[in-house]
Amino acid sequence: MSNEANHPPALSRIARDLPPSGIRKFFDIAAQMQDVISLSVGEPDFATPWAVREAAIYSLERGQTAYTSNYGILELRKLIAKHLEALYGLQYRVDDEILVTVGVSEGMDLAMRAILDPGDEVLVPEPCYVSYKPCVSLAGGVPVGVETRMEDEFRVSVAQLEAATTSRTKAIILGFPSNPTGATMPREALLEIVEFACRHNLYIISDEIYDRLTYDGVHTSVASLPGAWERTILLNGFSKAYAMTGWRVGYACAPVPILTAMYKIHAYTIMCVPTTSQKAAIEALRSGEPAVRDMIGQYNQRRRLIVDGLNAAGLDCHLPHGAFYAFPSIRRTGLTSEEFATRLIMEEHVAVVPGTAFGMGGEGHIRISYATSLEKIEEALRRIHRFVERVSPAPALRPPVPALREKVHAR
Amino acid sequence: MSTPDTASPDEILTILARDARTSADTIATLTGRSVAEVRAAIADYERRGIIKHYKTIIDWEKAGIEKVFAFIDVKVLPAREVGFDAVAERIYRYPEVHSVWLVSGGSDLRVVVEGEHMREVGRFIAEKLSTLEGVTATDTHFLLRRYKEDQDLFVDEEEDQRLVVTP
Repeated sequence: MSNEANHPPALSRIARDLPPSGIRKFFDIAAQMQDVISLSVGEPDFATPWAVREAAIYSLERGQTAYTSNYGILELRKLIAKHLEALYGLQYRVDDEILVTVGVSEGMDLAMRAILDPGDEVLVPEPCYVSYKPCVSLAGGVPVGVETRMEDEFRVSVAQLEAATTSRTKAIILGFPSNPTGATMPREALLEIVEFACRHNLYIISDEIYDRLTYDGVHTSVASLPGAWERTILLNGFSKAYAMTGWRVGYACAPVPILTAMYKIHAYTIMCVPTTSQKAAIEALRSGEPAVRDMIGQYNQRRRLIVDGLNAAGLDCHLPHGAFYAFPSIRRTGLTSEEFATRLIMEEHVAVVPGTAFGMGGEGHIRISYATSLEKIEEALRRIHRFVERVSPAPALRPPVPALREKVHAR
Repeated sequence: MSTPDTASPDEILTILARDARTSADTIATLTGRSVAEVRAAIADYERRGIIKHYKTIIDWEKAGIEKVFAFIDVKVLPAREVGFDAVAERIYRYPEVHSVWLVSGGSDLRVVVEGEHMREVGRFIAEKLSTLEGVTATDTHFLLRRYKEDQDLFVDEEEDQRLVVTP
């Protein structure tokens, strides 16, 4: 059959209108280079703790390979309930208010499909994770970006939200600690947003996948605030805290009416999260805490190193309070984010993601992941410093970063 | 750019335990403390013997240098007043002895002996260790392969398998 004789019908308008991911291009360039230092990876560099991996292997050995309950294994839901209660004082019923999902990604998709009718608007503070707006669009909704700025530490204010609210606004997505900015929302700021959501009768979808990676202050779970629980869908998972990205396991928590709707969609489209991954998640909650604390400590050290190094290179960088990203301004170089990232990888073989991949407010910034070894961060910082000096009109403020290993301590 | 929280002293020790050559400057950055503060803390640790000294982990096998290690479980008749300490002391004074621990279980002391040849190590055990007063029995295990020691792997680690760019 020739191509001309066989034209399938047009693809869906929603699929056609969906923009391609902004990071694809850098993936293609980086994949062809040998000595690339990648600061563009949105996942931990640690392997999943061995006890967790071992538990998964054991469950396979015992032949635990059948479907589980659509909600997820009961034992896992019990552990999730206990975990949320211990950390944030949250109360979710094990039977019908907790759903084990294929990561937060599925949780976000379910949340949107469960609450939106065509044309409903969703407030999305930006820069934000790449999938929020597409998830809204795929569910027939209209994403409404709300730009956050470095001067405000990339926190969203009620005034900004009010300005973007219309009679069609139905929900707000919060993603704090934030990928890509590392911003966190303190309790008082969240209280104002909850009050705003109540005033306009909005759902709150809170992606708290980076909750444990909070370095300054403590994380506040939105649903724990007065008035929030009834209208909040809490999304979380195991990917970041337990270094379990590839297992694809997370969870959604919400009051029965909301969760039942999400459950129905999940049951028809996913059935259940892979059993082995759920078994691994059970072990993570049972014994993973020491590993989590160890990883948090190491991320925190790297965070200080990278922020110090970026500022020394002349790239203004606010101190990210959470996640494992820095989001420095590259304005002094006079380059756009895209130009900066492209030239940096071509000339210095360091991969970063241009801020524009994360929506409004991203121009003039790059996202740098510090989920990589101290040695690599240190070498990357030297390369970035060299690059910034070369391309910038004005000289950098401080001398290059000293070598990580310079001298043995005086004995 | 330092954070308000000050690092616990442990953090300096953890960093040095991981890599003894980390400079005071870097430790200061990593922990959010001043360089002077870090230097003072390290000096204090050294003075108090908390930091005993700095060593290098060497894979002797890779360097082509033969070394033989034996783990010996030693049963001891404890002596009045000095218990196991007197015997342990007589053992650890030998330069061939790499480590000595008092352990629970079927034997009392666990001794690691290091030498260039099996013959030499064997002779040390037979002639010196077994004949010590208070030693009633020994059970020797020669090291065949080192996989992991003091948190360092002696087999090749897996490469970073993550995709270069992920959202």
